[in-house]
Amino acid sequence: MDDPIIVGIRNLNVTAGKNPILKDINISIPRNKITVIMGPSGCGKTTLLKCMNRLTDLYPELKVTGEVMIDNKNVLEAHEDIYKIRQQMGLLSQRPYPLPMTIYNNIAYAIRLRGVHNRREIHRLVVHYLQQANLWDEIRTRLKEPASRLSIGQQQRLCLARGLAVNPEIILADEPTSALDPISSQAIEQTFLKLKNNYTIILVTHILRQARRIADHVVFMYMGDVIEQGSVREVFENPKMEKTKLYLGGTFN
Amino acid sequence: MYILNRQQRHFVNSSWMIISLLLVTLLPFFLFFGLYLKSTYLLHDYSVFDLIFSKTWKPASGQFGFYPFIVGSIWVTLLAMLFTAPVCLLTAIYVTQYTRKIVLRIMHPAIDILAGIPSVVYGLWGILVIVPFISKYLGPLFGIKTMGYSILAAAFVLSIMIIPFILNILIEIFRSIPMELKEAALSLGATQWQTIKQVILKKALPGIIAAFGFGLARAFGETMAVLMVVGNVVKLPGNIFDPGYTLPALIANNYGEMLSIPRYDSALMFAAFLLLAVSLFFNLIMHFFIVKYNKY
Repeated sequence: MDDPIIVGIRNLNVTAGKNPILKDINISIPRNKITVIMGPSGCGKTTLLKCMNRLTDLYPELKVTGEVMIDNKNVLEAHEDIYKIRQQMGLLSQRPYPLPMTIYNNIAYAIRLRGVHNRREIHRLVVHYLQQANLWDEIRTRLKEPASRLSIGQQQRLCLARGLAVNPEIILADEPTSALDPISSQAIEQTFLKLKNNYTIILVTHILRQARRIADHVVFMYMGDVIEQGSVREVFENPKMEKTKLYLGGTFN
Repeated sequence: MYILNRQQRHFVNSSWMIISLLLVTLLPFFLFFGLYLKSTYLLHDYSVFDLIFSKTWKPASGQFGFYPFIVGSIWVTLLAMLFTAPVCLLTAIYVTQYTRKIVLRIMHPAIDILAGIPSVVYGLWGILVIVPFISKYLGPLFGIKTMGYSILAAAFVLSIMIIPFILNILIEIFRSIPMELKEAALSLGATQWQTIKQVILKKALPGIIAAFGFGLARAFGETMAVLMVVGNVVKLPGNIFDPGYTLPALIANNYGEMLSIPRYDSALMFAAFLLLAVSLFFNLIMHFFIVKYNKY
């Protein structure tokens, strides 16, 4: 692989009590590409994502060892700088969870957290990120409304805009379209394709067609192991491992 | 074999449910109306305004001023809430946001024990511990001579009594906030404290108000423990070390002993009516705030 690497994961192990969730994971994620992590439910995709921005801290029962290098910094060893590191990554979760604020403040909150306090600058950025997430035209007159009044698809794009508002390099998306209708899903996918020039996108999904549509790089996981990784053509058209062939053939899910 | 067919059984069952529903919904209105009817005898001779704002309570000479009781009740209740509310809120935040689940599992039985103690036992505890503590230490500390039987003692005992009710609701509310909301705030680079203050508390606000309102209503109606330590002196309390009297205590202390005095019985019914009215008033205010903050 010739692309520059932005996330390098080495010997990552996660256990919950005695149960291994991730086993000796080694992954390289190329910069400014869409990397899709796919695999059946319960294979550890979400946990892997949470290791990257250290949301694993929230679950004291998880033990994480190994290395998650982002820009040559081991995320797992970060202390005080963890807040800065988390801002390098925008998170988009399975279902939208807008903050209990107005639409405007959902974005402004993220902007303030990165240290911008000039009101005019905040306003300019709010508009900018809402446009980037393809939401501005729909809600420009509703900025003062509670975010919870938006439709689910709009909320998810709001969450994407909020994720972009911390000015990240990476977007972590955990099955971001699984709760959405086809049109909203498509809007999110289109936005991703547009965003990949400026961001690295790591997308967890179990929708094979989605992976095929938008992925540049694919990681296939099964039961806490990485089975195969490579470019989308390698993995989809010429899978090397038996498990990958079976999964792509729809034998298990 | 059934006597009725399926449709008929459906009809019978749903009728029962509707009747139960009606019973539950109408009961408060009957109660309200009944108390009103019982107190009309008093209301016939005095204006409501006079009854509520007059300070003299001399049933034998026909003077029924409820002001001292109303003020006493409100002081005791609000003071108790002032002690309890911050403690409960901080405890609930701590056990749900900072500790491992095991702590909560140990704490729950402890809270439930607190809820299960009869109020007369709380009253005894107040007489044996709180009252002497106030008269011996707390009063002199502020340069005040007090018997210990006081508004403060009642508020103290009450504040402990209502902890389990408020705390249990608060814990449930904080637990019901989805983990993903926390993750969202943290992923934006917020610290844990920022997340709690700016996101979780905001999300929980309607629930917090409801919990406090529930505690307030309980405190306002609490009878036994309060009447044991509040002093039962019909006087407007000047400060919190003064003894006082509350509406529930008035009813409990005197009902059954007032047969020879005209209108006394009706006056106590009016006290009960007031009690209900004030509780309802608290409820309405609470409801207003819940609706106001529930939009997120």
